[in-house]
Amino acid sequence: MPNQYFGDYITVLVFMAVGAIIVGGAVVAASLLAPNHPNKTKSEIYECGINPVGGGWSQSHIRYYIFALLFLIFDVEAIFIFPWALKVESFAEAGMGGFIFVEMVIFIVILLLGLVYAIRKGVLRWE
Amino acid sequence: MTGWEIFLTAAIKTVAAFAFLLTLTIILVWFERKTVADLQNRIGPNRAGPWGLLQTVADGAKLLFKESVTPRKVEFGLYIAAPVAALVPALLIFLVVPIGRPFHIGDRLIDLSGTDLNIGLLYILALSSLAVYAVVLAGWSSGSKYPLLGAVRASAQMISYEAAMGLALVPLILFTGTTSLKQIVEIQGGSFGDTFLPAWNVVLIPSFLIFFIAGIAETNRAPFDLVEAESEIVGGYHTEYSGFRFAMFFLAEYINIFNIAAITVTLFLGGWHGPTFGLGAPFDWVLPIFWFLAKSMALVFVFVWVRATLPRMRYDQLMSFGWKRLIPVSLLWIALSTLAIGVRRMGLPWT
Repeated sequence: MPNQYFGDYITVLVFMAVGAIIVGGAVVAASLLAPNHPNKTKSEIYECGINPVGGGWSQSHIRYYIFALLFLIFDVEAIFIFPWALKVESFAEAGMGGFIFVEMVIFIVILLLGLVYAIRKGVLRWE
Repeated sequence: MTGWEIFLTAAIKTVAAFAFLLTLTIILVWFERKTVADLQNRIGPNRAGPWGLLQTVADGAKLLFKESVTPRKVEFGLYIAAPVAALVPALLIFLVVPIGRPFHIGDRLIDLSGTDLNIGLLYILALSSLAVYAVVLAGWSSGSKYPLLGAVRASAQMISYEAAMGLALVPLILFTGTTSLKQIVEIQGGSFGDTFLPAWNVVLIPSFLIFFIAGIAETNRAPFDLVEAESEIVGGYHTEYSGFRFAMFFLAEYINIFNIAAITVTLFLGGWHGPTFGLGAPFDWVLPIFWFLAKSMALVFVFVWVRATLPRMRYDQLMSFGWKRLIPVSLLWIALSTLAIGVRRMGLPWT
């Protein structure tokens, strides 16, 4: 039923709009209600109560970004596995259960090899 | 349904969902503070209202009337957008969770969930990924050291556990053959064969455990709360936020906790299914809501219990636990459960 189908997403849209309005309204209300007396000391960034040293944007270690790369691989993998998981049964009914299972095992093994490689390379080691 | 009716239903459900979530957050914060206090041999909030129930309302009002200090070095647009980006996805996730049995008004069937998307599980995963943006934006736009450090830590942690969370759901899809949360709950009705045990998906215990652990890490709760480890990096990504802007991060955190508990209940613990004792008209849809809330609160209690019991993990332990334990285990579990489900449906291949 296409009408019902779009109706479901209309609910999401309405919810999103109302959510944004309520949240935005709360921010505006808070800015109207709350006092606002900025001064030089108050608007310093926080650094345990002493005067901040150096700039705010310090460098962070590269190892954090490697996780983002690894995550991309596994998230894309999940995108492939989800439709597979939904369609396994209809393939199995058509007599291709073994084929589709072996196919996914090969896929997962390749990815596991990638993870093992990353671990052996010491990506996940911290010193 | 005509266009008008769709909009009207959507509007009513939206208002109801907001009222429900905000009331729930008030109770959740109180519940956590009271429980932690109990576990640590303290009394906890007991001044505002009966048993301190109104403490959260008082705190909220205080934050509303408190000055929101804006440091000079912030990127103001992103700095203001971050709390909104934290709160809106948290509210949206709850939309697909069915909280009770569908019931009739006249000849119309009303679902007790915001909406029933046929890609419900993907929707949940997608929106919980969006929470990372709020953290990164908040940390970066503050222009300060501790928030930046907290944000980098947080994003690395959240995406690691995000991967494990997604993979843990694959056996569930295999087992139920759908990604719609409504249908997943319906499948869990009744009992196993003619035993007394309910037919919940909790048979997929590894999935359940991986999902719940990853959920604790996703919401940045102890023992995975390195993101806001106050002994190391002050408040983490929301160090530079105060007043109502901080309250929004706080709200988002608690709504996310309830979301994880509610989704876990829906996917693995039978959702709103529970004994209705053969009672008639009003009870057959009031009791399911009660069962749903009771199960969710039980899981929220586990969240609090874990927080009060376990010390914080070290960062390298956290990451190696995610990548060297959870993800390989969930990959193996996918293969194993596929085999098991295949054998159960079709028998052994050599017979």
